[in-house]
Amino acid sequence: MPEVLTTVTMTVNGQSVTRSIEPRVLLVHFLREELGLTGTHVGCDTSQCGACTVLLDGEAVKSCTVLAVQAQGSAVTTIEGLEGTRLHPVQEGFWAKHGLQCGFCTPGAMMTAAYLLSQNPHPTEEEIREGLDGVVCRCTGYETIVRSVQQAAALMSEASETSGAEEVG
Amino acid sequence: MPQVMGQALKRHEDIRLIRGRGQYTDDMTLPGMVYAKMVRSPYAHAKILSVDTQAAQAMPGVLAVFTGQDTKDELGLIPTAWIPPNSDLKMTPHPALAFDTVRYVGDAVAVVIAETPYQAQDAADQVQVQYQPLEAVVHPREAVEDGRPQVHEEIDHNIAFHWTVGPDLDAVFQQAEVVVRHEFRQQRLIPNAMEPRAALAQYNNATDELTVWVTTQNPHIHRFLLSGILGIPEHKLRVVAIDVGGGFGSKIACYPDEVVASWAARKLHRPVKWTETRQENFLITSHGRDHVQEVELAGTRDGQIQAIRVKAYSNLGAYLSTAGPGVPTILFGLIINGAYNIPHASADVYGVVTNTTPVDAYRGAGRPEATYLIERMVDLYAREIQMDPVAVREKNLVQAEAFPYTNPFGLQYDSGNYQGTLKIALDMLDYPKLREEQAALRKDGKYIGIGWSTYVEMCGLGPSEVAGAVGFQGGLWESATVRVHPTGKVTVFTGASPHGQGEETTFAQIVGQELGIPVDDIEIVHGDTARISMGWGTYGSRTTAVGGGAIHLATQKVIEKAKKIAAHKLEVSESDVVFEDGMFSVSGVPDRQVSFQAVTLDAYLAWSLPEGVEPALEGTAFYDPKNFTYPFGAHVAVVSVDPDTGDIHLMRYIAVDDIGNIINPMIVEGQIHGGLVQGIGQALYEGAEYDAEGQLLTGSLLDYAMPKARFFPRFETAHTVTPSPHNPLGVKGVGETGAIASTPAIVNAVMDALHPFGIRDLPMPLTPEKVWQAIQQNQGGR
Ligand code: FES
Ligand code: FES
Repeated sequence: MPEVLTTVTMTVNGQSVTRSIEPRVLLVHFLREELGLTGTHVGCDTSQCGACTVLLDGEAVKSCTVLAVQAQGSAVTTIEGLEGTRLHPVQEGFWAKHGLQCGFCTPGAMMTAAYLLSQNPHPTEEEIREGLDGVVCRCTGYETIVRSVQQAAALMSEASETSGAEEVG
Repeated sequence: MPQVMGQALKRHEDIRLIRGRGQYTDDMTLPGMVYAKMVRSPYAHAKILSVDTQAAQAMPGVLAVFTGQDTKDELGLIPTAWIPPNSDLKMTPHPALAFDTVRYVGDAVAVVIAETPYQAQDAADQVQVQYQPLEAVVHPREAVEDGRPQVHEEIDHNIAFHWTVGPDLDAVFQQAEVVVRHEFRQQRLIPNAMEPRAALAQYNNATDELTVWVTTQNPHIHRFLLSGILGIPEHKLRVVAIDVGGGFGSKIACYPDEVVASWAARKLHRPVKWTETRQENFLITSHGRDHVQEVELAGTRDGQIQAIRVKAYSNLGAYLSTAGPGVPTILFGLIINGAYNIPHASADVYGVVTNTTPVDAYRGAGRPEATYLIERMVDLYAREIQMDPVAVREKNLVQAEAFPYTNPFGLQYDSGNYQGTLKIALDMLDYPKLREEQAALRKDGKYIGIGWSTYVEMCGLGPSEVAGAVGFQGGLWESATVRVHPTGKVTVFTGASPHGQGEETTFAQIVGQELGIPVDDIEIVHGDTARISMGWGTYGSRTTAVGGGAIHLATQKVIEKAKKIAAHKLEVSESDVVFEDGMFSVSGVPDRQVSFQAVTLDAYLAWSLPEGVEPALEGTAFYDPKNFTYPFGAHVAVVSVDPDTGDIHLMRYIAVDDIGNIINPMIVEGQIHGGLVQGIGQALYEGAEYDAEGQLLTGSLLDYAMPKARFFPRFETAHTVTPSPHNPLGVKGVGETGAIASTPAIVNAVMDALHPFGIRDLPMPLTPEKVWQAIQQNQGGR
């Protein structure tokens, strides 16, 4: 197959990036291979597992189902860009409530949770479990993920306070 | 110094994992790195007639295409590492790349190495392989019948081994008042760790060393096996596994892929990365379970179980995997009496090869197969004699006074109070009241069921003497080095290889507690054969029991030496020094004290050390446990079944476990939850299916039902604590209990709900369709 390269420009975690790539390159591979953002994982090839979830213009998408060229001009947030100067409440929640074991599904689970809470800041347990339907986690049994999201929701609703976040390396 | 053992400390490893900074094998990039893609057989059984690589060689970016002909004289065969004694086990020669016959769908026949993963994939599609398809065998009991095709020429009737344990029990069964017979199908499961397997190999031609980053639960076992297969001595081979995204047994085995990537890296002098797709994971990464079990239980009319025996056909797949033969024998047959004092027991296991993916450990490994068998049989027996299943259990459980209890096969159950956990579960459930509700609901055409599982399992795999006796080709001790740096900070090197279980935290809790220093001053290093002298890895719920035991002993050695130095500094005799909360003080004179950190600095400066004491401060221990450990507990599930749809709704799940002492209750709960969901997954959702030609019908996450968040209620957990006398920390292990106990609890509950329809048993997974069909067929019984 002849390699016809195309130029793509997008904003990733607040920084503008431009690369020449094959048009068939998936967004997840673009992030991992081209930009070295390996926090976004690949867990399947049928868009079932959610390990690759990122925010594309604020919406949670499975980056294994999006071509990098489709993100032309868009803003992408990956797990590496979720935190600011402090951990994001979702990260705090997952840490405090043991929302991860092996950590492989975790970036995708956290991006899914961040999106869920951006849409519904006070979800019920049922809504959280439904909202996690696109996430496959083989380790946790999900209950601690549910609690993590609840914790994140609580932290976000007391967001005016500066406490609750811990500085990490 | 606050107490840290027993505290729910947040996990140390999470600091990197929640920020996308984990270092999984596929995350690694090396200069000059190229990518491997395997060409795999689409047939379950076929002769390879020819492999034409020309077109692929000419594709852009392709460095090389290798076939089985290229590797067969350069690579050793992949061996099994478990040879059960007296089983007449026959090896299944397993080349990394097949060169004459393929034996399962996914068997690799060639590899393409290219500059990018996309190029490697494109070129792999162009490799032309001509096959002559052969008839396949798939089902383990059918495979041993006369006239079936043979998977390996050398293996008559596809019986790779025949293992038996226990005496002839015919007389017992002939005289029994009640005999219950049943056949169970332990369906095949696909472990599906969320991180696909991967390997990255780098050859250093200056030092002639090969480094392999690989998704493994046991880097040193991997090094040992790779060394033999590749012909690279162990001192020139380094195996690294930093972050591993779950294993559940499927990352124990040594696979062809890492062998080929390593070989190619040395051949091409380029780092070679191989990463499986999920589809490949389904086809080539080891599966679990897959037995047919013919079971008989003998008992009295009044509920005393006298004997249990099983004849099992265990499907091993096309080749004997690393731990494959040990799972359906030692880890299964020796514990079929479960938590019950059953005087007579025997097991008769055929290890059968078929044209399917190799089978190895999957969470619980053998013990879920045993526990399902006994827990289901107890319920069937209770029905038969019209006794409450709890009453039968109470009558037969090993009594608290009987420990250490020796089971019919000579296993010594360490400690416990089995009735104690059952009692708590009964109370949490309010059992009598629920039975009343159940009866009332039935009158309204509503069907709920209650299912019990009072299990015990053996884990904490060690000691080595037993490993040898049962044919495991390795030791089962563990190593630890506790290195105190001059400033009093500590690095711990462990031979265990956690991959999600949280031991970077629990191990630091052990050391922090014992040295009286903050856990943040302690780093746990695992998963690197260059940094850790030796280790046997993480599986069989052994990490805390054996790995933690080694860390405890190494820490004690540090304290012992530091005490000598402290005594010298305090100018008293060693026996007058007490060590508490990180301070050495003179007994009875608490003001005269010196800190652990000050002593450490002295040890390194070495300006004034006591006679005979060497400089520096570290302790190394190689710990071989006295025996296995035996966690136990009582689980109970409450389900409702909709007779119109066959839908099963899990209403409550109670798990009362005794796993000995608990170091971090948060991590323990996580382990239990994870196990429960896998066990419930087996009962209700998961199952690998092959067609008669050996094609895997459930080969993707679309077709194989993985448990999702919305399938579950909140779990109700509780504990009793009976320390294990078999290791210094008194721990028992928790990684597998949930998966072992929950499957029969769920199925017992569903069968309890379906009792009014005259349904006695259904094969797992209990899908709505199966349940609905059974109800339709049995409507008359309502
Ligand atoms: S990798 Fe995208 S959903 Fe699985
Ligand atoms: S934490 Fe391992 S898959 Fe979710």
